[in-house]
Amino acid sequence: MALRAQPVTLRPVATWPGTCAALGVALLVLGTLTAVALRAEGPAGLGPADWSALRFTLLQASLSALFSIGLAVPVARAMARRRFFGRRVLITLLGAPFILPVIVAILGLLAVFGRSGWVSDLLALFGFAPVQIYGLHGVVIAHVFFNLPLATRLILQGWQEIPAERFRLTAQLNAGPRAMWRLLEAPMLRQVLPGATAVVFAICLSSFAVALTLGGGPKSTTLELAIYQAFHFDFDLGRAAMLSGVQLGLTVIAALLALRVPPGDGFGGGLDRAVSRWDGRGIGSRLLDSLWISLAALFLILPLLAVLVAGVPGLMSLPSSVWSATWVSLQVAALSTTLLLLIALPLSASIALGRKALGEVAGILGLAASPLVIGTGLFVLVYPIADPFALALPVTAVVNMVMALPFALRILIPRVRQVMQQNSRLALALDMRGTAFWWQVLLPRCRAQIGFAAGLTAALSLGDLGVIALFADPEVATLPLQVYRLMGAYRMEAAQGAALLLFILSMAAFWLLDRGGRFHAEA
Amino acid sequence: MNPLNLNRIIPAEGRFRIFRHAMPGSPSPHAALETDMKTLVLASSVAGAIALSTAATAETPELVVYTYDSFVSEWGPGPAVETAFEATCGCDLKFVGAGDGAALLARIKLEGARSDADVVLGLDTNLTAAAKDTGLFAPISVTAEYALPVEWQDEMFAPYDWGYFAFVHNADADAPTNFKALAESDAKIVIQDPRSSTPGLGLLMWVKAAYGDEAPAIWEDLSDNIVTVTKGWSEAYGLFLEGEADMVLSYTTSPAYHLIAEKDDTKAAAVFDEGHYMQVEVAGKLASSDQPELADQFLQFMVSDAFQSIIPTTNWMYPAVIPSDGLPQGFETLVSPEKSLLLPEEDAASVRDEALAEWLSALSQ
Repeated sequence: MALRAQPVTLRPVATWPGTCAALGVALLVLGTLTAVALRAEGPAGLGPADWSALRFTLLQASLSALFSIGLAVPVARAMARRRFFGRRVLITLLGAPFILPVIVAILGLLAVFGRSGWVSDLLALFGFAPVQIYGLHGVVIAHVFFNLPLATRLILQGWQEIPAERFRLTAQLNAGPRAMWRLLEAPMLRQVLPGATAVVFAICLSSFAVALTLGGGPKSTTLELAIYQAFHFDFDLGRAAMLSGVQLGLTVIAALLALRVPPGDGFGGGLDRAVSRWDGRGIGSRLLDSLWISLAALFLILPLLAVLVAGVPGLMSLPSSVWSATWVSLQVAALSTTLLLLIALPLSASIALGRKALGEVAGILGLAASPLVIGTGLFVLVYPIADPFALALPVTAVVNMVMALPFALRILIPRVRQVMQQNSRLALALDMRGTAFWWQVLLPRCRAQIGFAAGLTAALSLGDLGVIALFADPEVATLPLQVYRLMGAYRMEAAQGAALLLFILSMAAFWLLDRGGRFHAEA
Repeated sequence: MNPLNLNRIIPAEGRFRIFRHAMPGSPSPHAALETDMKTLVLASSVAGAIALSTAATAETPELVVYTYDSFVSEWGPGPAVETAFEATCGCDLKFVGAGDGAALLARIKLEGARSDADVVLGLDTNLTAAAKDTGLFAPISVTAEYALPVEWQDEMFAPYDWGYFAFVHNADADAPTNFKALAESDAKIVIQDPRSSTPGLGLLMWVKAAYGDEAPAIWEDLSDNIVTVTKGWSEAYGLFLEGEADMVLSYTTSPAYHLIAEKDDTKAAAVFDEGHYMQVEVAGKLASSDQPELADQFLQFMVSDAFQSIIPTTNWMYPAVIPSDGLPQGFETLVSPEKSLLLPEEDAASVRDEALAEWLSALSQ
């Protein structure tokens, strides 16, 4: 038995390519950080506007986390208590904002919540003043749009981990909804909420595109936006580097917080019976749950619907700049996806073969690295020797790859580990190693996961509006940047058409790669 | 009547056309070109015809002009100017939109001597001193009979149009008559970021020129009127037309666009009793230009009748040289400020830094 517990010694593939990949990523992230640190001015360089950016970054991230979590709890509770037609679709839909390009969502939110949007029109019917989307609340609304689904999924998972037997037992003890809450749900939430809150908070700290489009001037500038402004308005690399340093400090603290949240005791296992909720049978709780589910669904679906409705007329007559931007975006996404696979596959193989430290390094770097900080670092490094604008597209592809890496690893590692454990002995007995093992054993068996990871990366890269805004010259743009430029030039119809195109491309890229990976594969 | 007043009455038309995209008709002169370009791009990428395209550029020299976005839009002066200049120069004139006016300068600093640009068109007198400090611009020798309200002598930059900043509003609404009244009212305004946009910077100088040390207090009072601060003029004007605000920072000449191009007299510019700050828009040649003679030729063309007659009804500003046909009809209806304000170029740079710091701290409260 002791011998069987040592799969680690069986290595059908070498671990050094994975180590090299991890070193490459670490060098990129840490190298750019060093460049930033060397270039940065001291904290004395922080002016009142920079302090205000810091305050706003913290304020909006806290409010976004608070509202996302606060709203996610009743929604997740309702979804945990109810089984209804379309529940699976709704849960899938909750995953959609993850690959939805930010700029697309913003156009949708403007159409719904803008001063001449649907909500304002509705309010006007009852004689109310129109709502205002620019500024703090606009930024928070957009962040809640992106993070409510994520938070709901995280919290729903918590509910699903309470074994059905616990609910049965509490019901047998004649516990009503309130007692059920006190005995089961509240303790579960105490375990789940801190982690979920920290994750949402960390995500909102690095908000760039949302603040760029919905911020209302100096009052609502995030640090990432301030970095961009230091570049584009003042061409002040020292200040950009100093702000990057502050941003980095924040994200590292938030990432550590998110990782340090203790997992808690758990509720133990059950027999996986279907959960029956005796506490949710009253008319009141049914109505309440339906209300929450409908509101959440509307909040998610309406902006997407608005993008569709507004985009169709413009889709027919897109300017040529949109087509060339589409071509650029597809190239960037293809490059970034290829790079990702070249890095993530060897890395996950090495991690599966016992090099666990590599995984942790990649995870922390991925969480803490901000696209604009890496972008600033690369700019500082490249500027003295070459034209940074000529490197805009490769740089964007590389940064997108780094951003997608932690997610890809989470998808790949479990499956790679499983395949290694199941097939290593046989492969080694047949003297099948290295390339042969990769092509004939590992890759075919990980097709579904590779497809999923590639689809995710392609979609994220297609929709990214971050580092490209720093590097793009006036004639080159990715599709999200072109949408933003069209909005800036007030060509709303073209912008909406291009946004719809971007939406379709992102979803199609994800779907094609994900399906492609699973095609003819037994799930 | 003095020709200056005539000038004031005749605003230019280019800036606004971008808002006409929503209107039916008005076929785009670029549509055919775009189709051609699409085919070309496809063909060249398929055939990998890199050699072909370099051969083509070697034959006709290319002049690259960086300018603001609304200048290059289909409805701006860009397309007409391009046609007119290419008819005489035997070259390929390429306008590149690089954000709004003030962002242009940052762009040039960012690109430095590596820039592809030969000419930068769209700075104003608030920025020329800072632009000269970069050392990236070359002296020029453009001569013209300027009809500017100020004496023009500058060896680096030549003016092509000018105007007065003003808040534009719906004519049926009561407009405040000065900044204090505006700050006290609950009117919602959209302004541009002074770091990226010349109108935004103009407003900063306007408040500073009118109120001096009181400026920070004015901004603090104004901050609750500001719906949002946009990066460029187009965005702000677009938000105003969409109904997102009651007033927008633009020019006294802006209502002429609605009047002449759209037969719509419902837009008006508010007259402020502090006086109105003036803008003189200029162009200059980059020292790193690989087409210095062509750049000189373009700058001289810029103050000729062919260019200047395009300005009033495409850029909707007063032309720097009065065109032979005079100003278009409709410009005489525009308000003309009793008092005009303009800080000299050499003061503008230092005032800008001080005013910007005040603006940032007042609005980031």
